[in-house]
Amino acid sequence: MSDLAQARTFDEFMEGIWRQNPVFVMVLGMCPTLAVTVSAVNALSMGLATMFVLVCSCGLVSLMRRIVPKEVRIATYIVIIATFVTVVDYVIQAVSLAVYDALGAFIQLIVVNCIILGRAEAHASKHPPVTAMVNALGMSIGFVIGLFALGAVREVLGAGTLFGFSLFGANFQPWVVMVLPPGGFIVLGAWLLLFSALKRRKEARLAAQGGGHGA
Amino acid sequence: MNAPAHPPQPQATPATSLLKTLGLVSTVCGLIIVGAYQGTYDAAAANRRLALERTVFKVIPAAKSMAEWQATPQGIRPAGGEAVAGAVKFYVAYDAAGVLAGIAAEGAAKGYADTVRILYGYSPACQCITGFGLVASKETPGIGDKIVTDKAFLANFEALDVKLNAELSALANEVKAVKHGTKANPWQIDAIAGATVTSRAVGKAINDSAQQLLPKLLPEMEKLQKKES
Repeated sequence: MSDLAQARTFDEFMEGIWRQNPVFVMVLGMCPTLAVTVSAVNALSMGLATMFVLVCSCGLVSLMRRIVPKEVRIATYIVIIATFVTVVDYVIQAVSLAVYDALGAFIQLIVVNCIILGRAEAHASKHPPVTAMVNALGMSIGFVIGLFALGAVREVLGAGTLFGFSLFGANFQPWVVMVLPPGGFIVLGAWLLLFSALKRRKEARLAAQGGGHGA
Repeated sequence: MNAPAHPPQPQATPATSLLKTLGLVSTVCGLIIVGAYQGTYDAAAANRRLALERTVFKVIPAAKSMAEWQATPQGIRPAGGEAVAGAVKFYVAYDAAGVLAGIAAEGAAKGYADTVRILYGYSPACQCITGFGLVASKETPGIGDKIVTDKAFLANFEALDVKLNAELSALANEVKAVKHGTKANPWQIDAIAGATVTSRAVGKAINDSAQQLLPKLLPEMEKLQKKES
């Protein structure tokens, strides 16, 4: 692989992790992001399930991109996405019923996760399979990071545990609201605030540097 | 003067081509789904069996093995075969020697957030409930979910009275959760203060299930005393 191709692949991979992070930058897939992130395990499980569906469906959409007429492309993408959601549904039941029960209907709802249809339509249908899958992998890692950032904070504050292990001992009074629906909005808001502040700081620094060069 | 140039109209895709594509995609997807179903069926069934066994063994600690039965209007019989209308499923637990250790059955009632599904243990010797475990619950963390951690609440189920009336047609006394601190009888459940709705759901789930199951089960208890080999 040439240096240019390597750099392009790396760029495709990094796009979803940082620059276009689906949770913190594009603010997509909010339904599972807010609903299932009551614990780190749930967040990771949902993230990995979405990763499987996203990577596999983008691969198959990309493989079929030359034979799918544009009139039926959305129907085709939805069938492909629903197929991999069904697969992941069966696999989670076989791996852990506890996780299956905890995620509930949100496993099946991955089918309407706009990140996946968005990637299929905007990227996978226009790029070869490897590029499409690398981009989907980066995007889904970004999604996993987003979910984990919420799930870990909510579990630590709302239950005093991380991955089920007690962090603060028996005297800790859990901040229960954090594992209730409002907690999802509070923690997401805090993360968005942090990202926005970092972005502004970076822009200010760049502006200052630009101004310095101009002077 | 030249006529204005119109952009060429894209040609419509023939219907056969659309059908062929959709047919191909459906076939590929169908194969993937069937493959995944076949590949995970055994593991998923084993997982469900294990989860059920774990809950039954938790509510009947002496249990070492279990069998699934159903109570039908015509009497009790091992589960399996044709489904009978109005049948109530229950689990018979045996100890290491193959002697009856207790009966477990599921109950469900509407809680605060959603339906609370429980599995309770029943001892025919004392005609009482000896414990319960959660099958599914979405009750508020830190409030409703105390039903499985609150020691005072769990003490209600050490010997919760579910004796039948003289005709063996229904429970002699309805099992009911009462306001915290007002329990006066062995068939009442002392609710958790602040989680009354969930406590009531547990009471109702046990009452509804026991009212259906026990009148059919108790007259035929001899059938279940020893494990069938």
